[in-house]
Amino acid sequence: MAINRRTFLRSSAISAAALSALSFKSLSAFAADDAIKIASLYDSSGGLDIYGKPIVDALTFATEELNAQGGLLGRPLSLIKYDTQSNMQLYAQYAQQAALKDRVAVVHAGITSASREVVRPVLDRYKTLYFYDNQYEGGVCDRNFFGTGVTPGQTVEKLVSHVTHKWGKKVYIVAADYNYGQIVTAWVKKYVEQAGGSSVGIEFFPLDVTNFGATISKIQEAKPDFVWSALVGGAHMSFYRQWKAAGMTGKLPIASTTFAGGNEHIVLSPEECNGILICQNYVQELQTPLNTAFVERFHSRFGADYPYITELAMGAYQGMMLWAEGVRQAGSIERMAVVEALEKGISLDLPSGKVSIDPATHHCILDVHIAEVRDRRLEVVQSFAQQAPSDTAAVCDLVKNPRDAKQYSIAL
Amino acid sequence: MDWAAIFSLQIVGAIATLVLLSIGLAVVFGMMKIINLAHGEFMMLGGYVAVLATHHLHVPIWISILVLAPLTVGLFGMLVERLLIRHLYGRMIDTMLATWGLSLALTGTATMLFGNTTVGISSPLPGITLGAYQTSGYGLFVIAVAVAVLLGMWALLRFTQFGLCARATMQNARMAAALGANPGRIYSLTFGLGAALAGLGGAVLAPLTGVIPTLGASYIAKAFITVIGGGSAVITGTLSAAGAFGVISQVVTFFSTPVFGEVALLLAAIVLIRVLPQGITGRFFRRAF
Repeated sequence: MAINRRTFLRSSAISAAALSALSFKSLSAFAADDAIKIASLYDSSGGLDIYGKPIVDALTFATEELNAQGGLLGRPLSLIKYDTQSNMQLYAQYAQQAALKDRVAVVHAGITSASREVVRPVLDRYKTLYFYDNQYEGGVCDRNFFGTGVTPGQTVEKLVSHVTHKWGKKVYIVAADYNYGQIVTAWVKKYVEQAGGSSVGIEFFPLDVTNFGATISKIQEAKPDFVWSALVGGAHMSFYRQWKAAGMTGKLPIASTTFAGGNEHIVLSPEECNGILICQNYVQELQTPLNTAFVERFHSRFGADYPYITELAMGAYQGMMLWAEGVRQAGSIERMAVVEALEKGISLDLPSGKVSIDPATHHCILDVHIAEVRDRRLEVVQSFAQQAPSDTAAVCDLVKNPRDAKQYSIAL
Repeated sequence: MDWAAIFSLQIVGAIATLVLLSIGLAVVFGMMKIINLAHGEFMMLGGYVAVLATHHLHVPIWISILVLAPLTVGLFGMLVERLLIRHLYGRMIDTMLATWGLSLALTGTATMLFGNTTVGISSPLPGITLGAYQTSGYGLFVIAVAVAVLLGMWALLRFTQFGLCARATMQNARMAAALGANPGRIYSLTFGLGAALAGLGGAVLAPLTGVIPTLGASYIAKAFITVIGGGSAVITGTLSAAGAFGVISQVVTFFSTPVFGEVALLLAAIVLIRVLPQGITGRFFRRAF
């Protein structure tokens, strides 16, 4: 049959009506899909995946736990996971995507401080709540930001005073060469000098350096009492391998607040890292009823052979729980309502201990524990309850200046 | 005195590392004039064979590093030569493209199979004490392997039938064919030998740096720089270039950081190529191999 204009117009009108009827159907289906959306931006591949994978697992676990309890405000939670592949550009891109396309209620993002400072301005601009859940160098003062990880004022100070009493007062510092490594080094120097000691050498290494032979010789020449490591990532693990290859393990002790964050104590052999002292908010070996129950539930979800629940993973879990409590108390997922609810100083009992939000800094008051690496486990040596984020509090007061939105470098 | 000993040991170690990185490429490029951009990935494969054989198959570490890795990668190299390189002799740009594609494919396959995490093996040798200093016993092992490889290559080229045919084919393939050598078989074996040496290099360096699928990318630049800086002679070229670059980079590393050591190595390479465009053996040691 020849197609003339009349038949063409008729058939296209019918098909257009049919298609729009179908899409109306899917639109109404959308209206019923009222899940609260949360985004996570972490490195599940690339050099930083040792940190990222446990964090994403912990967030998945937290989402499932909250959904099993009926979700929040009667709505289920939906976790959108972005893999930033240890690539800064993807952090910026996915942050924008989460804020604008997915319109999430909260973003949990960033492992390194570099990635945090990429994501934070983006989420500020697009008014999306941002939770940064792992340890860092302190100083971020931003009402849209909540930090649930420890800062040097909480961990470095305690560990430095412990090891200067135990091992001696001269330190050689090896650190990753970016904002976190530089700032933590400044803190370590300050606390060591406060304890009457001195730093006999400081070296910085970009994240992809694997050749530490010359450094190990220089450390021996400088004759410190102990080594402080702020090394980060998979490539820097070769420092510990080369340290042991040189026979230095056991001859010169190491203290670190970054070791074990990426399960280094599991990946390396015990001979390569026994005796290292760390200070963290959480270790899987904590013997509290809440933690024992948590580990059991986590293992039944991910398998009893799950390598290790890192401090960063627990930080993400705690961040999610704090945000959920804020939503419950605010009665809504709207950003400023949740912020104001959190600023009332929400406090929860979580596997690492009691975690409370400090309204003036948007950081958390946390328990910290000094632990020793021993045969792939972290054995708690000393615990300090409820450490306030004193370093950030010295520069940041969001109650007085609620429009603040920057990171202060704490004057040392 | 101890300090000087440690210092010299580390310099020799740096030279040995560069030798092991580049001898495989020197064999392939120097003898066959093939630009093998998958050289780094051959090293990565050697590293993975060593790590996986030690951890999962419980092969003793020395055997997996010194025997299993070169053998596996050498056989894989011969396969690559037969399937890929053979069709592209004389077409230099095309071999570059093909081997680059191969390197991307190998990196992707390794990421799929092994994941993107660094795996490693513990150094099997104890530290050694030189006076007041401790250094890695494994560094001595690296030096020993590099020396053995160079001597072995020299013996192979100088004393064996295969070495003679290989040198002849290198100089003039058609005349060598007219005299009875089989160039196809020679090329196949030479490429396999280059791949095996790359695998050995990757396996020997695995306990020091760990193995990750993107390892090849960090090695390939230095390997190429050493080979081109060395010139067309396989053994003398590699040794002289590795010597020059190793000394410069390690000395600068000692007095500052590894980053500046790398920068110094690259600057030295630029100067060297400018002054000696044919590499070191284009001008000195011309008749050596």
